[in-house]
Amino acid sequence: MAAHSLAEEHGHAEHGHEEHHEQGFLSKYVFSLDHKTIAKQYLISGILWAVLGGLMSVVFRLQLAFPEMDMSFLKPFLGHWINESGKLDNNFYLALVTMHGTIMVFFVLTAGLSGTFSNLLIPLQIGARDMASGFMNMISYWLFFIAGVLMFISLFLPQGPAGGGWVIYPPLSALEEANPGSGTGMTLWLVAMAIFIASSLLGSINYVTTTLNLRTKGMSMSKLPLTVWSFLFTAVLGLLSFPVLFSAALLLIFDRSFGTSFYLSDIYIQGQALPNQGGSPVLFQHLFWFLGHPEVYIVILPAFGITSEIISTNSRKPIFGYKAMILSMLGIMVLAFVVWAHHMFVTGMNPFLGSIFMLLTLIIAVPSAVKGFNYITTLWRGNLIFTPAMLFAIGMVSFFVSGGLTGIILGNAALDIQLHDTYFVVAHFHLVMGSAAFFSMIAGVYHWFPKMYGRMMNNTLGYIHFWISFIGVYLVFIPMHYIGIAGFPRRYYQWSGFRVFDTFADLNIVITIAAVITVFAQFIFIYNFFYSMFKGKKASANPWKSNTLEWTTPVDLGHGNWPGEIPTVYRWPYDYSKPGAPDDFIPQNVPFSATPESNSPEENDLISMEKEIENIKYDRSIHD
Amino acid sequence: MIYIIAILTILFVVLTFKVISQTRKIINKNKAVEGDPSYLGAPDSANNANAVGLLVFWIVAVIATTWSYIHYSKYFLPEASSVHGRITDFWFWVSMAIITVAFFLVNSFLFVFSYVYRHSNKRKAAFYTHNNTLEVVWTTVPAVVMTGLVLSGLVVWTDITSEAPEDAEVIEITGRQFAWMVRYSGQDGEFGKSNYKLMDDGSGNPLGLDFTDPNSYDDFSNSSELHIPKGKPVLLKIKARDVLHSVFIPHMRVKMDAVPGMPTKFWFIADKSTAEMKAMLGDSEFDYEIACAEICGKSHFGMRMVLKVDEPEEYEKWKSEQKPVLTLSPDLLVNVPEKLKARALKFIEADAAVATPDSSTLVIAAETN
Repeated sequence: MAAHSLAEEHGHAEHGHEEHHEQGFLSKYVFSLDHKTIAKQYLISGILWAVLGGLMSVVFRLQLAFPEMDMSFLKPFLGHWINESGKLDNNFYLALVTMHGTIMVFFVLTAGLSGTFSNLLIPLQIGARDMASGFMNMISYWLFFIAGVLMFISLFLPQGPAGGGWVIYPPLSALEEANPGSGTGMTLWLVAMAIFIASSLLGSINYVTTTLNLRTKGMSMSKLPLTVWSFLFTAVLGLLSFPVLFSAALLLIFDRSFGTSFYLSDIYIQGQALPNQGGSPVLFQHLFWFLGHPEVYIVILPAFGITSEIISTNSRKPIFGYKAMILSMLGIMVLAFVVWAHHMFVTGMNPFLGSIFMLLTLIIAVPSAVKGFNYITTLWRGNLIFTPAMLFAIGMVSFFVSGGLTGIILGNAALDIQLHDTYFVVAHFHLVMGSAAFFSMIAGVYHWFPKMYGRMMNNTLGYIHFWISFIGVYLVFIPMHYIGIAGFPRRYYQWSGFRVFDTFADLNIVITIAAVITVFAQFIFIYNFFYSMFKGKKASANPWKSNTLEWTTPVDLGHGNWPGEIPTVYRWPYDYSKPGAPDDFIPQNVPFSATPESNSPEENDLISMEKEIENIKYDRSIHD
Repeated sequence: MIYIIAILTILFVVLTFKVISQTRKIINKNKAVEGDPSYLGAPDSANNANAVGLLVFWIVAVIATTWSYIHYSKYFLPEASSVHGRITDFWFWVSMAIITVAFFLVNSFLFVFSYVYRHSNKRKAAFYTHNNTLEVVWTTVPAVVMTGLVLSGLVVWTDITSEAPEDAEVIEITGRQFAWMVRYSGQDGEFGKSNYKLMDDGSGNPLGLDFTDPNSYDDFSNSSELHIPKGKPVLLKIKARDVLHSVFIPHMRVKMDAVPGMPTKFWFIADKSTAEMKAMLGDSEFDYEIACAEICGKSHFGMRMVLKVDEPEEYEKWKSEQKPVLTLSPDLLVNVPEKLKARALKFIEADAAVATPDSSTLVIAAETN
């Protein structure tokens, strides 16, 4: 039980916090050390980035559906990127695709999702006053902010932002003469990402440390909510894989600015043979995907955690297979490190390596399938309450299943030959990790909004938001699979130059209309979010009748989270609808001795342990 | 298929009635929800409507997916014109069948359960925490299915990526911003050396042929069409001049990146000639096309080359009519060393001599070299 030793240390410090209650505006809202405020900062940054990334997709979807369209009406926003005849510049098209990917993957679904919910929920759900290091946590956010500012500035460069795809494969990204976006735009991209990685690492160290060391009395690992498990696994993944992206970026910076040849060899461009020899562009791809693949699990694991919690609470039923859920997440985490080269089957990599990675990739489908089955069995014989959060969580499971299945085809090297870099891939990952993670992020906001702002979000607007988004996402991505099966390549400004790709004009229009509606439907959410922040119905402490510890805090929770002592934990977080219990939930801080009517025989045996848990003494010799 | 749609449509109509009756029930029950005022998340009046909505959504989705799938399937995978392409197509459709079943089955459970177990005050959820047998079953079943798919995939993949047969027709294809260039070994059947430092668009040597190597004198290139023989293995040696490109021949199920500094390859057997495809599709304009599948800059979408699959005799005839790089750009002679000038000059002066040899002299020429 030594692991809990730091928790009380924080409890001790809490009295200090109570004394200097009057914080200035800067230290309360801007350079805050409080995990809840930092979570909100991440969330609002994430929402702003998502708006930008979403609007970018509207522009390039218009281009793809209506290549002849007069886009002069976008001139006020895009300036010289719309030429005299009202056409979108094709370099800027690539820049839009690149920035959409970068923003969505890193700034929205990594920082916005993990940053928000790990920060908000880890201390609240494990029973801690704050993160292990509030200062590091603050630095983490502000580094993310600086990375965002740099990336944002790059959008306004005269040559445009980075334009080599979000995977920034060299030599395209290394040579300014190859692509205007590979000049200053790429430099800013690399610097922004390097800072972003530093931010992410600081955050991850904090999440791991906090989860392992600051758990309250009785909160053993086997009583952790699945959310916390998922954040823990995500942080470990990030810690081990982001540094590899950092090294990839660093070597690329060297190649670009200091004349090295890590990725460059035998290049003749614009009438000149470059001196670089001996480098390998494939090396970059290995390094990139060593992060890039774990990255998709960095995005989807927190989504799993959030979905588990919401589905269990709103089914009024324990999550099915708690241990299987943890084990499958662990399996996914471990396997995530050894499947990266399935992005590289046709890069000229040794075909034998392709065989190995095909094998490992199809293995990872098994724990993913187990998760899907467990969610569905949780619904079975439940008593389902369709709050907006629950609807989005169900939508997430559906997207994960539907999008995950096509991964079975793409993971097969022989079948990937035809489908690699086509819209089949685009449709696959937008469903399985893009939309699924996005839905769980939104579900999380609806669910924990009362804990963040002490108010409820409007349900009716939530339902409308869900129905438009849910139908919209499927209308975008199911037809996109068809286009992919026909072989349409990604990152094409238009397809009409090829007879073989000169079909499906009608489906592309359907996709674009659905995409535009879906993107604009998100403004319903944004309105609901900001309106409810100030004018929403006042929340109660535990509006969803949920079991986890965050719901034992008061509505207006201050710094330190619990006004008195931190509650002690006696049971797992999923005692919903327990036979014999008067209500359909029993929070984690209710001892078994208080619920003799619903205890199982094994649980009755645990009553004698309760005194022991309560008497845990903390080591107070360590100071902040 | 029409029967399936008919059945689904009937189901849809029945459910629409169900929705209407449910909505009326909801309106009647509207004020029934009460109790603990702090329980703000209690099921509201829209709970049943949302549950019905999820089910109706799914039924409409099944109909729409089935219909659109049938409607658009004529545009799916373009006609496979290579031997391995038909094998990968077969396994693609096998995998599609498996995942389509899983897609409908798993989503049906999700949405049907959502509807059936919607909240009711009369019911309490089951306290059902785990079932190890169930976990083992649904771990094993996907694992077995995956194993089957992996094994089939491994066999096919290993065949496709195996060494090309000895008698394969070797052709070099090079990607540049923003076009493809192909090079043939000419009558001697040997490619001359090339070096990126010798590339020079201005003097007519964009592929960097090394003229100190006499094998390069008869090499010919083309930047608008790639000709290959029908029914014979073709080995593409793939190169890139500037950035990454990817050779993508949709009808041949061929895709392989072109990497600067690292030659790659792909071999296949095309077994439908361009003329046969024209007749089969009833489209006199038809041509096989080569596209670029790896982002390479602003005109990535325009890197098109035409692929002509000829009958073997036509192919040999076409080859014999092509003029070597040296013949087309006699100025390149300055790069030829003094002692080889005589050999090189044959390709410049004796223009007519190049056009005649048949395949048997080709072999002899290759051996004497």
